[in-house]
Amino acid sequence: MLYTNLKHIEKAEELKKIISENENVMVCCGRMGPMCIPVYAAMEELEKEYTHVCFYDMEFDNPEAHIIRNAPETKGFMGLPFVIYYKNGKVVKATSSIQTKEQIKEILDTYFK
Amino acid sequence: MSSYDAIIIGAGPAGLTAGIFLSRSRIKTLILSDVIPGGQLILTHKVANYPGVENISGYQLASIMKKQAVSFGCEVKANVKIKNIELNGEKKQIILNDNTLLESDIVILTPGGRPRNLGIKGEEEFKGRGVSYCATCDGDFFTDKEIIVLGGGNSAIEEAISLTKYAKKVTIIHQFDYFQAFSYLVDEAKANRKIHFILNSTLTEIYGNETVKGVKVNNLTTNEINDLYTDGVFIFIGYVPNTDFLKGKVLLNNKNEIIVSKNMETSIKGVFAAGDCIEKEYRQITTTVGEATIAAMSATNYLYNKLRFKV
Repeated sequence: MLYTNLKHIEKAEELKKIISENENVMVCCGRMGPMCIPVYAAMEELEKEYTHVCFYDMEFDNPEAHIIRNAPETKGFMGLPFVIYYKNGKVVKATSSIQTKEQIKEILDTYFK
Repeated sequence: MSSYDAIIIGAGPAGLTAGIFLSRSRIKTLILSDVIPGGQLILTHKVANYPGVENISGYQLASIMKKQAVSFGCEVKANVKIKNIELNGEKKQIILNDNTLLESDIVILTPGGRPRNLGIKGEEEFKGRGVSYCATCDGDFFTDKEIIVLGGGNSAIEEAISLTKYAKKVTIIHQFDYFQAFSYLVDEAKANRKIHFILNSTLTEIYGNETVKGVKVNNLTTNEINDLYTDGVFIFIGYVPNTDFLKGKVLLNNKNEIIVSKNMETSIKGVFAAGDCIEKEYRQITTTVGEATIAAMSATNYLYNKLRFKV
C-alpha cells in the first residue's frame, strides 16, 4: 500500500489502458522507502504545475508491477524507485533511484513539452 | 504579508520538536520546509534507540512528530523555497519563491543536512545501476552479489551489516585505519564472515557497462591505485549542512555549520538553531530533539522578555 496522494495503479492492464488513453504519463514504481518518498512528494507538487501530464504510482511489490519491473527499459536497474515516462503509449525515458524535483522537471520539459 | 511569533526553517526532527514546544506555549508558529516534513529521519528505515519507542520507521516517527506539532496549532508549509531571508532587526523577514512575504519576531534555523556525495567519476552515471545510498531500499537487488560499502561511521557499518542479508560479500572501504562508528557495531561487523575491510583507502572511480562492474581503489598510504571487482557501491560518507542560504546571515564555522551558544542562540539576536546544521560533535535524533527543545525554550524566553519590555 502506497500512502501517497497520487493516483494508484493496481493492475498491469490498468497501466496499459492509461498509457493508451493519455499522451503524457509518468509512473513511479516503488515502496514507502526513503529513496521513493521524495519522488512521490515531487510528483504531487508537479501535478499542479504540469496539468498536461498524468502522474501515477504503483507498488513495486505488487505482482502486477511486473509490467514495470520486467520492462526492457528497466533492465539493469538496481535502485528504487523505477520511474517510467510514457508518451503516446511508448517509453521515452526511465530512471532508477532517487531523483530531485529539478531532475524530474528537466525530463518533463524535455519529453512532455 | 503574514505575521507569526516564530518561523522555523526546516521540518526534520529538530524543526518539528521546536514546533511542538512553541505551539504548545501558544506561540504562533510556522514551519517552512523545502521538501516533505521529516528531514533525514525519513531516510532511516528503522529507529531502535529512540527512548520510549521500541521499534519504528523513521517515516512513521516523523509523521507522529508532525501530527503532534499540528495538534498544538503549528502551521506547516512544505515544498516551499526561500528566495531571501533578512534576520537582522526586531522583525525577521522571509520572502518565498512565489514572493510571499513572511514576518516573525523569532526564527529557529533547523535546515538539517544532506548525505555527502563522493563526487567521483561514475557516481552519478551509475546511480540506481549499482550505486546506492540506501541499503534497506536497494539491498535485495544485490542478492548473492559482491558489494562495497564506503565509509566508517555508524551509518556505514550498520548498513554493511544489514547488506550481508543479501550480498555474498561486503567490503567496507574506509579512509582511516580506525572507525568512527560505535565499537559494538565495529565488533559485530568484524565477527561477520561476509564482511571484509580495506582501510586507509578511498575510491577514485566507479565503472561498468550497463551496471557497476568495478572500482578503482586508492591506497592513501602508498598512493597505489588498484582495480577491484564489485557489483555495487553503497556510499555513506557523512553529511553536509544545508546552510548555503545562510552564508553572510549568521556566523558559520569553516564546515558551514551554524555556531550557537549553550542556549542555541546564533550570532543574531532572536535567531536560534538546532539539529544537524549546528556545530557539534554527536548527531543522533535524540541529540537533535534535545537541542531543539532548548532552542524553543530560549526563543520563548526571548519573546516573553521582549513583550514584557514593551509593556
